[in-house]
This record gives sequence, structure tokens and C-alpha cells, in this order.
Amino acid sequence: MSSPPVTGPAAVPRHRGGPGPTRFRPRRTPPPGAVRVRRRGVLSHWRQYLAISPFYLVFLAFSFFPVLYSLYLAFQRWDGIGDMHFVGLQEFRFLWKDPVFWLSIRNTLVIWVLSTVPTLVGALVLATLLHSVRRFKGFYRIALYVPNVTSIVAVAIFFGAVFSNNFGLVNAILGTVGISPVPWLSNPWLIKLVIALLMTWMWTGYNMIIYLAGLQTIPKEIYEAAKLDGAGPVRTFLQITMPIMRPIILFTVIISTINGLQSFSEPQILFASEAANPSLGGPGQAGLTTLLYFYQSAFVNNDYGYGAAIVWAFFVLIIVLVLINWRIVQRGRKT
Amino acid sequence: MTAAGTTPGQVGTRRSRRPRGLSAHVFLILAVLISVFPFVWTIIMATNTTQDIYKSPPKLTFGSHLLENIRHMLKTIDFFGSMLNTIVVASVTTLLVLFVDSLAAFAFAKFDFPGRRVLFAALLGFMMLPLQLGILPQFILVSKIGWVGTLSALVPPSLANAFGIFWLRQYIQSGVPDELLDAARIDGAGFFRQYWNITLPMIKPGLSFLAIYAFVNAWNDYIWPLVVLTKPGHVTLQVALAQLNVAHNTDYSMVMAGVLMASVPMLVVFSIFARGFIAGATEGAVQGS
Repeated sequence: MSSPPVTGPAAVPRHRGGPGPTRFRPRRTPPPGAVRVRRRGVLSHWRQYLAISPFYLVFLAFSFFPVLYSLYLAFQRWDGIGDMHFVGLQEFRFLWKDPVFWLSIRNTLVIWVLSTVPTLVGALVLATLLHSVRRFKGFYRIALYVPNVTSIVAVAIFFGAVFSNNFGLVNAILGTVGISPVPWLSNPWLIKLVIALLMTWMWTGYNMIIYLAGLQTIPKEIYEAAKLDGAGPVRTFLQITMPIMRPIILFTVIISTINGLQSFSEPQILFASEAANPSLGGPGQAGLTTLLYFYQSAFVNNDYGYGAAIVWAFFVLIIVLVLINWRIVQRGRKT
Repeated sequence: MTAAGTTPGQVGTRRSRRPRGLSAHVFLILAVLISVFPFVWTIIMATNTTQDIYKSPPKLTFGSHLLENIRHMLKTIDFFGSMLNTIVVASVTTLLVLFVDSLAAFAFAKFDFPGRRVLFAALLGFMMLPLQLGILPQFILVSKIGWVGTLSALVPPSLANAFGIFWLRQYIQSGVPDELLDAARIDGAGFFRQYWNITLPMIKPGLSFLAIYAFVNAWNDYIWPLVVLTKPGHVTLQVALAQLNVAHNTDYSMVMAGVLMASVPMLVVFSIFARGFIAGATEGAVQGS
């Protein structure tokens, strides 16, 4: 949730130079000649180090070390109880040939595209509309943001009930119009569509708030000047709003990539009652996302080494996709 | 999209503004309906019997079986026990996150010290790390400490909240004037006095934003409690709900009574803090730029 973007990339103020830092002087970059003062500073700044230490200690123990350790685990065979065996790249070799892994990657990517595109486009449209109206702004903001504070478990249970093949509201409504029941939760594409709908419902309002905050930073004078020059609303949007919003859009794209690829709870809850394979993502494993496959391997099959390999391969994939997205949005700027 | 140009130029557009504003409202109301519909439908399902929902066409109005459904649900899972667990974990986590993050954010925002840039850059990098990357070793670590199955296991992983520091730092930079801190320093206030007596009171909207953010996240967290809370009957609300759904998947009205009761507290908390939450987020934007 929320607002780094808002204050995001455009907002980080560069601090101005000033006199050399003494202990309690508000931080300013020292002039070039102030190195000596700086060195003496390490000990004299013990209060600042003390202030930031709780975060870094917890982080080292519960995030940084685990991330490194999972890389180490990816080169072992271990069930969590017996002895660990070093197996080199064997886990990754197996992963490369594992069709289920690649299926899970495909599922994850499809769900990600099906949810991210409508989420971000919808959020931008809604933010623009909301920015244009003057009344009920606060109401709209809250009402549209609510889905994002709802628990994923509740939402997934709800979607499971509404899209249920036999008893769901959607099929009941279709039935009254004479359309025969649609197999929402057994057709491979419809499964992904339902998961993507769920994610779109949850995340559009969140991104809208971010875009809205961005829109509010654009000075009105620019629009007035554009109007005087005879620019219509669409042109104004494409040539003024979009370029100014680019850093914020880039931010939301990256956040959506990182979040959207990590879908886990949605398919896990939607298909948890499948008696045969509770954690395998429904019929034909069409809802098996990579993280769900990781969960299955590590915590259900107790194959720690393979679980670690999956999650690291997945991490590399996320980085690649973030970089690609970054390039796409950046290139758009030059043209 | 069409409305983009209309806002600012209120001067010469009196003629055309009204209809455009109207269509914007129509779209927004439509969006609100979509966004609110699941809540309404959850209430409808929770207040009817499962038979009524299964009928074709289904019953589309509120029923009178809510209490009955709730009673049935309370017999099936330890709802209040799990809720208490969730409240304890979410409150402890939120308080600790607020303290840890605001203290670090204050140091980063207002002081220069060797290594500040590197440490902060590292923190930004951490923000991008997918948490699931370390979840398996986290589990091993927590089981080595002997916390598996206990609530203590839920708190530490969510304490390392880099986003909170990043966000509060922006907020402090723009919301707490250097002059004020300088004046306090001249009056003899040390680092921690400046933090506690001057900065904290000034960043209350920012803190309320971070508080609701941390609380909602802790309340809604699912994957980590699912992994760590292995003792049956000793779980958080979300895990209990998921278990209820697995065991009684087709008894909609009962499951939805659980979903409703689990969601209401969060919605109440959100509606109380919503103004501060959204205002905090937007204020940061306006001041920061």
C-alpha cells in the first residue's frame, strides 16, 4: 500500500550545501574541505547509529541473513530434519527440466499481465476523473481505497463463492438470462481470469491514490497555458500530464511487477478445498503460481533445497522483468 | 481522460464544465459500486441461509439468519481466540514499527553521519526484495529459536519495515523545519529530546498513516502465519478463516458470516483513520515536491 511514489522519485529534495556538520546540525552536505571533521564524526554520531540500529539488526537477522541462507540452501539437498548434502547445481538442473516449474512461471506471468494492465490503466483513468471533480472527493477516495485494506483471505473466499461453478452468483445471473453455467474455476484460462479480476479489484484504488497525489502536484498554470495555446483535453493529457507523471507511473509499474508476480494466497485459498491436491492450484494446475509451487515444494513436500532453488530462480525472473519494464518506460521518455 | 483539462481552467469553461463533471461523477459512482459490491454481497450471503443462496435465481436481499450463521460459525472455529491472537500481534507489531521506523527516519532525515548515504541506499534496495525469498530460512531460524507455533514468531519479520523509514524520512524532511530543531538544540535539547518532544508531535499524520499501514498488513498477513502457526487451534484470524473455508466450503452462509465478522473490525479501523491516512499520503506529496 501506499505512498512512496507520492513523495517518490520526483520529490526527493537535494540537500543544499552548508557549513560543516557538527553533531546536532541538521544534515547538510559538507563543503569539499570538510573531510577531517567527518572522520572525527564516527564516534560523535553514536546517537544516530543507535537510532538506526534496531532496524538494521532486525533486518540483518530476519531478512538479509535468510535471503543469503536460502541461496546456500539452493545448493543442498535437505528435508529439514536429516543431514544436509551439498549437490552443486543439481537442484537448478532439475528445475530447468521440471515442466511444473515452467507451467507455474507461465501461469504467474499470464495472471500478472491480466491484472496489472487493467489495474494501472483503470487507476490512471479514475485518478484523472477524481482530480477533475470538486465534490465528494474524500468519499470517492475512501470508497475506492477500501478494497486494498480488505484481507486477501476474505476476498479470495468471496471470489470463490461468487464464481463457483455450481452455486456462484455469476453463473446464477447468467442462468436467468439463459446462458449455461461457465466453468469459472475449472477452465485454465478462466481460472487465471478470476484470479486477475480479484487482484485488479484489490489494487486499482491503491494505484489511483498514488496517481491522484501525483496529479495534484502539477501546477494549474501549466494547464491554463496549454488551454490558451488551444490544446484539447486529450492532447493536454498526453503531452502534459503523462510526461510529468512518468516517474510516478514508473514507480507503480515496478511495484505492480514485484507484487503482481508474487500471487500466492489467491490460488492457495481458491483451490484449497480440492481434496486431491490442495496446494497445486486447481484443475490442470492452471492456478499454480510460482510461489504456490515453492510453498508446495518447501513446506508440504519438505524439499527445502528445491524450494530455495525455485524461489531464487523466481527472484532472478522478477529482476529481469523489472529491468525490462524500466527500460520500456524510460525509452518512452525520449520519444 | 477527457476531464483532465477541465479542472484547472475554471475561468472560461462555465458552460461546458457542468456536463463533464456530471459524467465524471457517473463513472466514479460506477467504480464505487464495483468497489463496494463485494461487501454488500458478503452481508447478503451472511444473512441468508445457504439454501437461499443456492436457489436460482438466488435471493438478492438481506435475510434474517445472521445470528444463526454466526452461532454456527463460532461452534466450528475458535473465532474470538484467533481474533485475540491477531489483535495482540498486530498491535505489538504496529507499536514497534512506529518506534523503530520513526527513530531511524529522524536520524536519516535531519543528520549527517558517516555512512548515511550507503546505509540509506541499502535500505532502498531492501525495499525491493521480495519477502518470500527468505521465508524458508526464516522458518528454519524461528524453529531453531523454538518459536514455531507461537505468536512471537509473527512479530520480528514484519519489524524490518524499510518502507516505513523511507516514507517517514520524506515526511520529516518536509514537515519538520530545520530552524525549529536548531532552536531546540540551542536551548539544550539533545538528539533524543529533539526526536521525542519536537519531531514526534509534528509528524502525527505521518505516524497515523504508517500505523494503519502496519496494522492492516499485520492483520491481513496470511502466508507467514500459515507457515509458522503449526499448532491446530492456535492460529490468527486469517488462517482460521481459510481453514473454515476449506472444511465447510459449500456452507456459504456460515463461511461468509466468518468473513464478515473478520472484516468489520478492519473496516472500522480504516474508516476512523481513513482521513489521516489519505491526507498523510497526499500531504507528503504536496510538500515534498
